[in-house]
Formats: sequence, C-alpha cells, structure tokens
Amino acid sequence: MRNTNNIILETAVKVLLFFIALYSVYIFTAGHYYPGGGFIGGLMTAGAIVLLLITYDIKTVVGILPVNFRILTAIGLLFAIGTSAGSLIFDAPFLTHAFGDVHLPILGDLSLHTATLFDLGVYFVVVGVTMTIIQTIGEDE
Amino acid sequence: MLEIIIRLALLICSISMLGLIYRVIKGPSVADRVIALDAIGVNLIAITALTSVVLNSHAFLEIILLIGILAFIGTVAFAKYLEKGVIIERERNH
Repeated sequence: MRNTNNIILETAVKVLLFFIALYSVYIFTAGHYYPGGGFIGGLMTAGAIVLLLITYDIKTVVGILPVNFRILTAIGLLFAIGTSAGSLIFDAPFLTHAFGDVHLPILGDLSLHTATLFDLGVYFVVVGVTMTIIQTIGEDE
Repeated sequence: MLEIIIRLALLICSISMLGLIYRVIKGPSVADRVIALDAIGVNLIAITALTSVVLNSHAFLEIILLIGILAFIGTVAFAKYLEKGVIIERERNH
C-alpha cells in the first residue's frame, strides 16, 4: 500500500477529540431529565477512542490510554450491581434509588440521585464492551 | 405558511433519501456508496431538525449533534479503508 500522510486528519482529531469527550460527559450528566444517559454517553466515549484508533494505531492508543477494557467492564458491573443491591440494606426493593436536595457552596442547590452511580456503572460497561469488541476485531489480520 | 413549507421540506428530504438509498444499493463503485451514506447522514440531521420544529420541542437538538459525530466517524473510517485497505493499524510505518 501507498505510504500516505494524513496530516489533516491527525491535526483535526487533536482538537475534535476533546469536544467529543466533553459532549459525552455532558450527555451522561444530562441523562436524568433529558435524552441521554450512561448508555449513549459510553457509546460517545467509545466513538472518541475509535476515532483515535482510526487516526493513529493500536500501539499509540495503548500508550495513551493504558486501560484494560475487560477490567473496566467488570468495574462497571460491580458499580451497577452494588448500587442496585445497596437498597436491600435499607429494607427496600432491589433497584430502589434515593435522592435528596443538597446545597453546595459554588454549584448552588442540586438534586443528587443514587441512580447516577448506577448510570456510571452502565457507562463503564458500555465503554469496556465496545472497546473490547473493536480491539478484538482490529487486532486479527 | 411556515407549517406548510416545513412539511414540504420534510417530504423533499425523504424523497432525496430514497434516491440516496438507491445509489447505496446500485452504486457502481465503493466511493459512490460512501458518499451516498454520508449524504444520508446529513439528510437524517435535516429531518431531525425539521421534526423538532414541527413538534415544537428542543429534545432532539442533542440527537442532531450525535448523528453528526457518528456520521463523521463513519465517513472517516470508510475513507481510511478506501485509502489504505485497513481501518485499524497495528503499527504505523512512517
């Protein structure tokens, strides 16, 4: 194959990657009242890492993100099961979530939910599973 | 008046998507199919925006950005496949 020089893509991705990652965090936190949540946020993060994999190569991306995505999946499942089983301690049905209004110094009045922690678990599972699938497909030639 | 124009625009976008789907299936070369798929993504964005105007809601505005990013990643992957024959390289050779 020709030895091509994709300088435009490499320069553009260096800027675009942060916007996509920021947008995935936004759509994850917006997920309680608006469209979004852990699943689509995780897919966006996986999309950002896939863009990095397309632009550079597997060796560079492993150097940038030394994360074992199988362990990330396990951590996510632990989060999801742990937060949903935590309601059993308070004698409530499985998957019951609690919320409360909290006043923080700078951020003001916030409504904090334990469902966000469950969603964080979903986020980790989606990122881990998607990246495991894509890396497994990409590695065999 | 605006209502009629927006519904007409939705109809035109749908018809142009049908033409693009014909090009994806029929397209003589792979490059034709890739460009048609990219244009389907753009049409999808237009239809989502017009739908959110018709329904008078701002719930779809995040989805527009989402479709844009996913269509961009898909087009980049196809372009790299056409150029280099491989999407994810093990190690760059330069």
